[in-house]
Amino acid sequence: MSTLLALTVAGLVTGCIYALTASGLVLTYTTSGIFNFAHGAIGMIAAFFYWQLIEWGVPTLPAFLLAVLVLSPLMGVVVERIMIRRLGNASLEVTLTVTVGLLLLLIAIANTVWDPLTARRVQPFFGSHQVTVGGVILSYHQLVVIAAAVVVPLALWAFLRQARTGVALRAVVDDRELAALTGASPSTVGMIGWAMGAALAGLAGVLLVSQVELNAITLTLLVINGYAAAVMGRLSNLPLTIAGGLLLGVLQSLAIGYVTISWLNQVQTSIPMVFLFVALLIAPPTRLRVGQLAPLLAPRVPSARRSLQSALVFLAIAALVTAILPAGQVASVTHGVAIAIILLSLVPMVGYGSMVSLCQLTFAGIGCVAMAKTGGSVLGLVVAVLAPAAVGLLIALPTMRLRGLYLSLATLAFGYAMDDNFFSNSSVMTQTLGLPVPRPLGIDGPRPYLLFVTAAFTVCALGVLALRRSTFGRRLVALGDSPAGCATIGMGIRSTKLGIFALSAGLAGLGGALMGGQEGVVGYTDFPLLLSLTLLLMAVVWGVRTISGVLLAALFFELIPHLNGQLGPVGNSVLSLLVGLGAVGLGKNQNGIVGTLLQKTSGLTKLPSLPHPRRAADQGDQPVREEVLTGAQS
Amino acid sequence: MLRVENAAVRFGGVQAVNDMSLECPPGRVTGLIGPNGAGKTTLFNIITGLQRPDSGRVLLGDRDLTRLPAQRRARAGLARTFQRLEVFGSLTVRENVLLAAELKRGLSRKGEAATEIADRLLARVGLTALADSQAGALPTGSARLLELARALATDPSALLLDEPGSGLSENESAALGDLLLSLAAEGMSVLLVEHDVELVMRVCQHVYVLDFGELLCEGPPAYVQSDARVQAAYLGAELATA
Ligand SMILES: Nc1ncnc2c1ncn2[C@@H]1O[C@H](COP(=O)(O)OP(=O)(O)OP(=O)(O)O)[C@@H](O)[C@H]1O
Ligand SMILES: [Mg+2]
Repeated sequence: MSTLLALTVAGLVTGCIYALTASGLVLTYTTSGIFNFAHGAIGMIAAFFYWQLIEWGVPTLPAFLLAVLVLSPLMGVVVERIMIRRLGNASLEVTLTVTVGLLLLLIAIANTVWDPLTARRVQPFFGSHQVTVGGVILSYHQLVVIAAAVVVPLALWAFLRQARTGVALRAVVDDRELAALTGASPSTVGMIGWAMGAALAGLAGVLLVSQVELNAITLTLLVINGYAAAVMGRLSNLPLTIAGGLLLGVLQSLAIGYVTISWLNQVQTSIPMVFLFVALLIAPPTRLRVGQLAPLLAPRVPSARRSLQSALVFLAIAALVTAILPAGQVASVTHGVAIAIILLSLVPMVGYGSMVSLCQLTFAGIGCVAMAKTGGSVLGLVVAVLAPAAVGLLIALPTMRLRGLYLSLATLAFGYAMDDNFFSNSSVMTQTLGLPVPRPLGIDGPRPYLLFVTAAFTVCALGVLALRRSTFGRRLVALGDSPAGCATIGMGIRSTKLGIFALSAGLAGLGGALMGGQEGVVGYTDFPLLLSLTLLLMAVVWGVRTISGVLLAALFFELIPHLNGQLGPVGNSVLSLLVGLGAVGLGKNQNGIVGTLLQKTSGLTKLPSLPHPRRAADQGDQPVREEVLTGAQS
Repeated sequence: MLRVENAAVRFGGVQAVNDMSLECPPGRVTGLIGPNGAGKTTLFNIITGLQRPDSGRVLLGDRDLTRLPAQRRARAGLARTFQRLEVFGSLTVRENVLLAAELKRGLSRKGEAATEIADRLLARVGLTALADSQAGALPTGSARLLELARALATDPSALLLDEPGSGLSENESAALGDLLLSLAAEGMSVLLVEHDVELVMRVCQHVYVLDFGELLCEGPPAYVQSDARVQAAYLGAELATA
């Protein structure tokens, strides 16, 4: 009994931290309309900064205040000013990629400034002082956490009710347009929302840092627990969000306490995912969005004839390159082309349908493992496609009634859980030896295999283009452009969404299997979630609506390690700079590099912006001022 | 015949539509007018299933649509255009209409092919020259015509148009009027929300006037126009915005 109590209390304390970080997430989302995937990364930076201050001898309280009330809000404001503001009404794939880019950038910065190989420890507040309350031992640190979780929501509540800015904030949350009409500036409110959200992220980070390992990636990904709580609060309801955080903390603590030790790792990291999926299942369906997003330039879809011609030319060049490529380069190019197949899977889903998966590499991994277990026959290749497609269906299913963002959240949680539970599971691949992967169809020799993978890429690319020219392709694009428009022409959107998600997971699986065939052996670190994020960023920055865009993205991605090697120790910072520039640039030019080039060369004029629901004044769309019905006649 | 019975919806403190009933029989263009914010678009959303009403019913023929989701209502024969455009901006103009025609035809191989339907309708609204442009790049007026063509491609029995005339030139607006009259003559129920008085006077046989979500008056256009309450409502709106 007392174990139960102790575990519950410990869980509540952790839950308090989840509740705080989730509240920050909800606050930024509701005030700016942009879901911040870098929320955890902001908390992580605050935690490192706090450690650094302590290290420099700054006393605890000032260090705490500097990290939480100065640095964090400052980060929020800077990010809002530089990256978020101009996103305005951008589509999901853009807003999401920009914050994912920010996440990668912050991790890269942390790893550059604070060498990840050095172990760091932070003492809890008040060291090891503790009290016993009702038979339960509580450290002073835990008391601080509880106090924060009580005081902060109350302060937030008072602020939103009372203060002038708070009232403006609520007005914007209720209705952007109306708020704009009453004089509250959505952009100021967005900035305040980001500052407050970042402060909450920082608070959670600093409270957490003495409890877990001070590691950039661990701290950043812990926020997935916060996402689960925020989904419980439907990304808008603070009390429900806080309740969700507490519940999640308790469940996790009980699971760890009551499930045998060998299962500890599995159970602990799966709970947020299970929790998130339950929250998705019980969430009420989202209403259809009426009001359009800013349109992007849609590259012209080549005709069947035209794409076949390009494919033949491409294959001819590829054959030539394969023949003259220095032997040392073949492996890396093959790997790059396999990555291109994985990125190709993003084209129909992200590029055409504006649905975003954050775990495409996880699907690739599933495909690879599936083929390795079945053997490299034709059957093996089929399984490599079908297995991830089936898994993809299962993940997408609970999110079908909901906004696209929820699907992305589900994929993130899934990728996170797979990292820890599937790929590291010894029955999937041995940790020391990895998993041997055969080359499919017995194609041996590096050059023939490169040709084979290139041919596979070409065939898949032709398939993607054919798909785009079909009814299904039109449905897909329509879905991304205007769900309300789809509904009013009688189009059910569920089957289209599920279909494309499964198809794209399957294609990623094929890419993963071919990549595995190239490597020969894959290990449990070959399909990490963070790499999925990097790949997505690359694809969107280069242009996820075109085949050439993703091909360039894949080749560029392949170049990174070389760049890194060439640049030596500064490589990492140069890279993070590139990532950051990519993310910021994307906010500015949302068509991606290839899209922008196409736009320039084809002489297409810039698209006029369609009605912009977030900004009140727009000429074309504003109802024409009425003529006085009676007066018009005379 | 499209009928709305006692529809009502409230947004927080605003009673956007209050106990509103209307009838839109086939073969005629019915007008729905009212000052800005009167609730016309909200009523359209209720009819087409994009807004759940607090109470009231929507009927098409003898079919009760009230509980159906938007796409089922569309399949039952309701089509609409949007005041805030909802074209498929990344598709070409032709593809926009083609998709609607394909959905309507399903897999059946009989009759006119979807591509033929699309081209015929584009010609009918006068967009043939723009068929291969990206829909998102159209000027507002043309995009409204595109939405009209797309709506027609679903072969509806009732057509709801939310300010189709705004953004059109005088000539285009006259052509739109002719088109609406010919659609009605083909037996369609047309419900028109429009601020362009001339257009309303010309094509509508019956007009409903909405103010603060409530029916202010109804009748033939000339009658409605001379009604003192209507004049007051519009003058009031005019004074308030002045
Ligand atoms: N989703 C919503 N949430 C809150 N209020 C809304 C919403 N939609 C409409 N309203 C309010 O309902 C009222 C009716 O709006 P509606 O758009 O239906 O008017 P309208 O007659 O179409 O006006 P207009 O001529 O300007 O198009 C307005 O006061 C509007 O602010
Ligand atoms: Mg309106």
